[in-house]
Amino acid sequence: MRSHDGTGAQKGRSGSTSLIAGGAPPYEPASAGGRASTYEIVRRKHPWRFAAAIVVLLLLALLLYGAANAHQLHWSVTGHYLFNRAVLVGVLRTLEITAAAMMLGLALGVIFGIMRSSHNPVLRGVAWLYVWAFRGTPIILQLFLWFNLALIFPRIDIPGIAHGTTVNIITPFLAALLGFGINEGAYMSEIIRGGLLSVPPGQTEAALSLGASHAWTTRRIVLPQAFRVILPAIGNDTLQMLKLTSLAAFISFNELFGTTESIYYANSEVIELLLVAGAWYLVASSVLSVVQYYVERKFGRGFQRGRQQALVERVVLRAMARLRTRAV
Amino acid sequence: MPSDRASKEESRTVVECHSVVKSFGSVHVLRSVDLEVRESEVLCILGPSGAGKSTLLRCINHLEGIDGGWIKVTDQIIGYELRGNKLHELSERAVRRQRGLCGMVFQHFNLFPHFTALQNVMLGPVEILKQPRGEVEARSRLLLDRVGLASKVSVYPSQLSGGQQQRVAIARALAMNPRVLLFDEPTSALDPEVVGEVLRVMLELAEEGRTMIVVTHEVGFAREAADRVAFMFDGRITEIGPARAVLEKPSEARTAEFLSHVLV
Ligand SMILES: Nc1ncnc2c1ncn2[C@@H]1O[C@H](COP(=O)(O)OP(=O)(O)OP(=O)(O)O)[C@@H](O)[C@H]1O
Ligand SMILES: [Mg+2]
Repeated sequence: MRSHDGTGAQKGRSGSTSLIAGGAPPYEPASAGGRASTYEIVRRKHPWRFAAAIVVLLLLALLLYGAANAHQLHWSVTGHYLFNRAVLVGVLRTLEITAAAMMLGLALGVIFGIMRSSHNPVLRGVAWLYVWAFRGTPIILQLFLWFNLALIFPRIDIPGIAHGTTVNIITPFLAALLGFGINEGAYMSEIIRGGLLSVPPGQTEAALSLGASHAWTTRRIVLPQAFRVILPAIGNDTLQMLKLTSLAAFISFNELFGTTESIYYANSEVIELLLVAGAWYLVASSVLSVVQYYVERKFGRGFQRGRQQALVERVVLRAMARLRTRAV
Repeated sequence: MPSDRASKEESRTVVECHSVVKSFGSVHVLRSVDLEVRESEVLCILGPSGAGKSTLLRCINHLEGIDGGWIKVTDQIIGYELRGNKLHELSERAVRRQRGLCGMVFQHFNLFPHFTALQNVMLGPVEILKQPRGEVEARSRLLLDRVGLASKVSVYPSQLSGGQQQRVAIARALAMNPRVLLFDEPTSALDPEVVGEVLRVMLELAEEGRTMIVVTHEVGFAREAADRVAFMFDGRITEIGPARAVLEKPSEARTAEFLSHVLV
């Protein structure tokens, strides 16, 4: 009787989940009761899953068939422009402005994120104002503001940095960089503030009790730990920025989208060229996703998360240590 | 054993609190605390939750400023400078230098998770005191060996048990060569089976003549290691005296009642 009950319980389980399907009967020693020492496991069938998959695949096939046979769509034009020189330059510029804007955003984010966590109410207030203004208005508006800066400041005179007429200094690239970078900085400062908050206050206290300065504590103790939390969010923002930069076309910065746009203005192959741009955006974001996955796996996951992940932790911590051993 | 050690009657004062007052807003956490701890003395502070024990330790290290009275460690007034008859707050730099006088061990260890045990110990001397790396490393290895963790030098805190982490934290505090060690409930966050290993290390430190102030609920440890025991209630030290005397024949009713709760 006992061994019968054991089998029954196991069948019940393998019915609801196949996780333990391969294992021995969990509640009985193999020889107990003198019955067979192993039982065949019958997996539950999922006919509806199969049916749903068929339906979805059929619909997808119809869609592809439709696209392939759309006689208005000139696939050859798309293919031709995919590696067009101007398009490739556009891809490069998209990557450039994305990287530059993210770097500016990160720098501003660290500064304002630390300011927002400061004890000084003035610093906190200014940082709040920055986030409030730049998160609260559309990015396209901000781009146009920077692009048209000459309307209110005809000349720029910053000793040691820039002298001259604003029109000459604020190129489309610079306007785009300021627009995207400063906007990103507002979001990034919130991300960094969250990261800083995620570090237990005991860490700061321990560092201070060793006689450390606030600056050292932030740099060596708090930021490296906050980084783990911050990293996935930076990855997401980078992916988003990649596509957002297409708006720079509206301030005549010829990145990928703007380039394809000016080509189809000339040859009227609108959809074909949009597909060219789309393909490149997909390639770039796929590459970034893979990079993000590896970077996060290296720095982010499993840190301090229970005992089962000790191995992952060890790998992550070793990697982090390798980066740090030079200093200590 | 405290009785084995030389009499400390003539030794000099290391920590002195004089009418220390501290409040958080309208909450009076310390209401006139007077305390004197002499060289190589071990003082255990007992008392109910919220009595202000942690706050007192944090004030001694100037992690919190005080609102009245003064605290001296060796001959320095902590956190302030006497000019005329006023105590002026010291610069951050001067406060930092003073923090070297005290070594602090926390209830939750507060090891730096992104550094190995050895790095945790070396970090302060190398990067804050700017001592030569090689020397510090040798000394840190010795310290880890002394707390029984020679085999764990390159291990990260997350891979250590609570007891091991706390021993690393003690080594980290020792590495700064402090004049006095401040322990804030060092075994309260530990599993019962590892409390002993931490207390053993602390007992050794006591026996080698370290000056220590230990906030604890471990009456057994207080009896064995402390020269004196102080009771804190509601922001005041209500009773202080030789460990055995206070623990066995408390003169205050509140102390007796508290002890009867702790000793169950
Ligand atoms: N930063 C703070 N802000 C406001 N109130 C505080 C702060 N720190 C401590 N307190 C209050 O001060 C009182 C004493 O706190 P403290 O941590 O010193 O007590 P304790 O004796 O260490 O108690 P426990 O045994 O629980 O650790 C408590 O009522 C606490 O709420
Ligand atoms: Mg406390």
